[in-house]
Amino acid sequence: MRHSLFLSILFLFSSLIGIGTPTLAEESSLTVVSFGGAYGAAQKKHMIDPYMKKTNTTILFDDYSGGVAEMKAQVEANNVLWDVVDIEAIDLERACSEGLLEVIPDSILSKGSDGVSAKKDFLPQALANECGIGLMVWANIFAFSEKTIGKTYPTTIADVFDTKKIPGKRAFRKRPQVNLEWALLADGVPKEKLYATLATAKGQQRAFAKLDTIKKDIVWFDSWSQAPQLLNDGGAVIVQSANGRIYDAIAKDKKPFQIVWDGNLYDLDVWAIVKGTQHKQAALDFITFATGSKPLAGMADIAYGPTRKSSMAYVSPNVLPFLPSSNMAQGSQADSLFWSDYGESLGEKFNEWLLKQ
Amino acid sequence: MKRSTLSSDEKAAARAELRHHQWLAFSLVLPLLCFLLFSFIAPISTLLLRSVYHPNVQQLIPHTIALLNEWDGHDLPNNNLMIQMAIELKKLAKQREAGELAQEINRNLAGSASQIKITARQLRQIDDAILMHKGQTYLQDAHPAWRDKAIWFAIKKAGQVFTDQYYLTALDLEKNAQGKIQSRQDINLYIALFLKTLKMAFIVTGLTLILGYPLAYYLASAPARTANVLFIFVLLPFWTSILVRTTAWIALLQTNGVINASLLWLDIIKQPLPLLYNQFSTIIVMTHILLPLMILPLYAVMKSIDPCYVRAAGSLGAKPVRIFLTVYFPMTLSGLSAGILLVFILFIGYFITPALVGGTDGQLISNIIAFHMQKSNNWALASALGALLLLFIIVLYWLFDRLTDPNKLKLV
Amino acid sequence: MSSFPSYYTISHKISFVLLKLFAFLVLFFLMLPLLIVIPLSFNIEPYFSFTQGMLKLDPNAYSLKWYHAFFSTPIWLTAIKNSLFIATASALLATTLGTLAALGLSANTMPFKRFIMAIFLSPMIVPLIITAAGMFFFYAKFNLVGTYLGLILAHTSLGIPFVIITVCASLKSFDQNLYNAARLCGASPIRAFFNITFPLIKPGILSGALFAFVTSLDEIVLVLFLAGPEQRTIPRQMFSGLREQINPTILAVSTLLTLMTILLLISLSLLRRNEKAP
Repeated sequence: MRHSLFLSILFLFSSLIGIGTPTLAEESSLTVVSFGGAYGAAQKKHMIDPYMKKTNTTILFDDYSGGVAEMKAQVEANNVLWDVVDIEAIDLERACSEGLLEVIPDSILSKGSDGVSAKKDFLPQALANECGIGLMVWANIFAFSEKTIGKTYPTTIADVFDTKKIPGKRAFRKRPQVNLEWALLADGVPKEKLYATLATAKGQQRAFAKLDTIKKDIVWFDSWSQAPQLLNDGGAVIVQSANGRIYDAIAKDKKPFQIVWDGNLYDLDVWAIVKGTQHKQAALDFITFATGSKPLAGMADIAYGPTRKSSMAYVSPNVLPFLPSSNMAQGSQADSLFWSDYGESLGEKFNEWLLKQ
Repeated sequence: MKRSTLSSDEKAAARAELRHHQWLAFSLVLPLLCFLLFSFIAPISTLLLRSVYHPNVQQLIPHTIALLNEWDGHDLPNNNLMIQMAIELKKLAKQREAGELAQEINRNLAGSASQIKITARQLRQIDDAILMHKGQTYLQDAHPAWRDKAIWFAIKKAGQVFTDQYYLTALDLEKNAQGKIQSRQDINLYIALFLKTLKMAFIVTGLTLILGYPLAYYLASAPARTANVLFIFVLLPFWTSILVRTTAWIALLQTNGVINASLLWLDIIKQPLPLLYNQFSTIIVMTHILLPLMILPLYAVMKSIDPCYVRAAGSLGAKPVRIFLTVYFPMTLSGLSAGILLVFILFIGYFITPALVGGTDGQLISNIIAFHMQKSNNWALASALGALLLLFIIVLYWLFDRLTDPNKLKLV
Repeated sequence: MSSFPSYYTISHKISFVLLKLFAFLVLFFLMLPLLIVIPLSFNIEPYFSFTQGMLKLDPNAYSLKWYHAFFSTPIWLTAIKNSLFIATASALLATTLGTLAALGLSANTMPFKRFIMAIFLSPMIVPLIITAAGMFFFYAKFNLVGTYLGLILAHTSLGIPFVIITVCASLKSFDQNLYNAARLCGASPIRAFFNITFPLIKPGILSGALFAFVTSLDEIVLVLFLAGPEQRTIPRQMFSGLREQINPTILAVSTLLTLMTILLLISLSLLRRNEKAP
């Protein structure tokens, strides 16, 4: 018969499936979600893989691009798919106040490798919020490529907003956070008054007005891993990025990139547990493991500072100048309380601003 | 003359027989009908319901809403109401649900989210008994805007369980404090986006028509063997995965992609052109994706046109242009309208390609629906926008249904 | 039209040559993306563009490394399994339900025919984003979001219109008298169906099944809304690849998918030829 060909194709497929029918939701599998790219790779190497090996559980390690929306959708629809999430502290306060996260007791944390109790070993900011355990310190910085920048190198945050001095596209992450702060800093607001200014309607207008001056030169990206790519393929001459991703491109791929620390906003990333997860105990166990001194030290592979003092013993001295902690004087800490209160309002304004032609 | 009639028994038997057959046919259809009812019809209905039914706020602060419904709106709400609000807000803060309330109210009054959150955080520590007495003072001390009527109007509006406000928002309208419908003061987004989607749909439909009509004509008039071989080049892209085609276009259009690299190499341009992540890329890629859908019905119709008509007109002395306009073109109209509507309908509802290649200004109405579903979590607004889009598509489909028969499409 | 009729003038001939030229340009536009993807997937560099070496046909500029990367990445392999599993299950379900319903619909006695037909074809008409949003709300109530079952139900709904159209079309050309004759000769309805009707409409059913299979295999919007991390399919994986980390592995996947498309097209055209034969 003619369609024996078709039938044989179907049989081929069904036999393929016979070999590997997808394993339907096992009880022991845990879903951990983080930011992918070089950062995800470091977490996989130092936290996910060792934990799977040690405990014989399966972990589904997935990527997301940050923000609270996806967690919110899962919690509100009563359909929680994620167990453990890596959240930026800037979003943590908000997620916690909106009831999207479980409370994590400090008692689950292990002692430092030097025997110091967890409470003394961790940086205080890492344990500041009851919904999350800090796992590394990183910084929002901007970077450029020596290949595409031209003659003048940018040195200050004001240069990012000066298209006359540095012509070309700028790539920013598509969200109000950091962009509004930078706009105000570039407009001359001192960093001590940054968030107080941004809390007023006038300050917000000022920030958007400053962003307006370079709106047509901004390329928006959704996920951190796009930042080094945009710099590499010439999509933008200046990119906003997490410092680790640029460090990774410089150190590993030998890219001619430079990091500028002026106006950097440093922040923590934390492990948190989505409210209503089916695997709460497994999630807690994972966090206990992943916040041990050694796994945390692994974050310094890509120049993210560990949140435990005892981890510093494992960090190579070559990385030290690239850690956010060495550049704090030129920056300030992102205010998570501010963004918890204003994230909603400014998020809406930001989106309307984006869509406005 | 005697008419032969059926006895009443025979009529009944015939009717029973018919009913039996009807039931038999229906019982074959029934499983699928039930299946689609659950898997497809019910979900769409849920979406429509969600666009008007929005009990969230009412469930979060039921007592305050009950009191607000009696509030006349002339003066500030009385102390009793303020105390109720303080107590319920504190309860929400304890249960960590104040954020949800803040989000809901913020949609009615931009900027109020921070007011509610700041207040909730301060009330969290205060004892219920104290709030019972001086709730209003704590409320107003936490944030001065509680002394403004605007916030109370916003809460009252958000507390309505059945509401038309999301449809109004989707049409860039709003109700003012007196309940009159007016156009939204601050920003006009959605009408502009609907219009932009329509404008781009016209452009893409026009492009597919300009490219598709001559090609279909050539294929229909070429010798059968040539046409069959060339037709593969229409079908192959048509059957190729949308994501594969989109990927290919990204490779072609990106900053140092194939097109820019070729143009630079040929010294036509000095700087790479911004071809990707804008309206231009959405239009080009969508034209490519939808072009086969224009060609297929046109080809089907043109193939069935007897060349005798054209020859007859020619031998009667008509000029080619006139033959085309008065003889050939009218005969292709059914295929033409099918193609146009198919392309138009599909474009208006398209999501994935604009999302990948459209950047910020190449986004369509579908993308804003997805945005409100996934990013801003404004599900009621997403539903209202979706319902409007659906209504529009149904009207277009009704036209499509009248002008064409889907069975005529040659897909292979 | 290789030879022009004698009454054709020079201008006729010129315009026909121009038409031919235009038609070939449009065909080139249609094929361009596929023509680009296949060679680029053999690029040794991690870029989406041709290198000098590739243009000089230097064999060192080409490599199979992205294919190797594809076949050695567990996520992609899981994605293949998931895609095939979901597509097969939903094609089978859509074909069974759709064929039964098409048989009912083609009976003359079927009540509310137009209305029911409209319902069956509606999944094809409603924009996917609306379907996806509605399903997300509704399936979440039954804990079907993030499950294989939920995705199979969703994809089955999308495949049904294709099965209905193809099976109804082949039933139209099927002579009902053959079935009636079998019944008169004493065959039971089921036997008459399997011995007479089924063999004759089989090409229609199979091409319907194939349509449903391909629809599910290529579907991404519903997957974006309904799938959990466990149900990553090939399109889902490609989508996140395109959004986050553009890397030529996607081009290798694209080439493989294109090859599969060609195979499917061949089998479909064989089916069609078979359908014409009787």
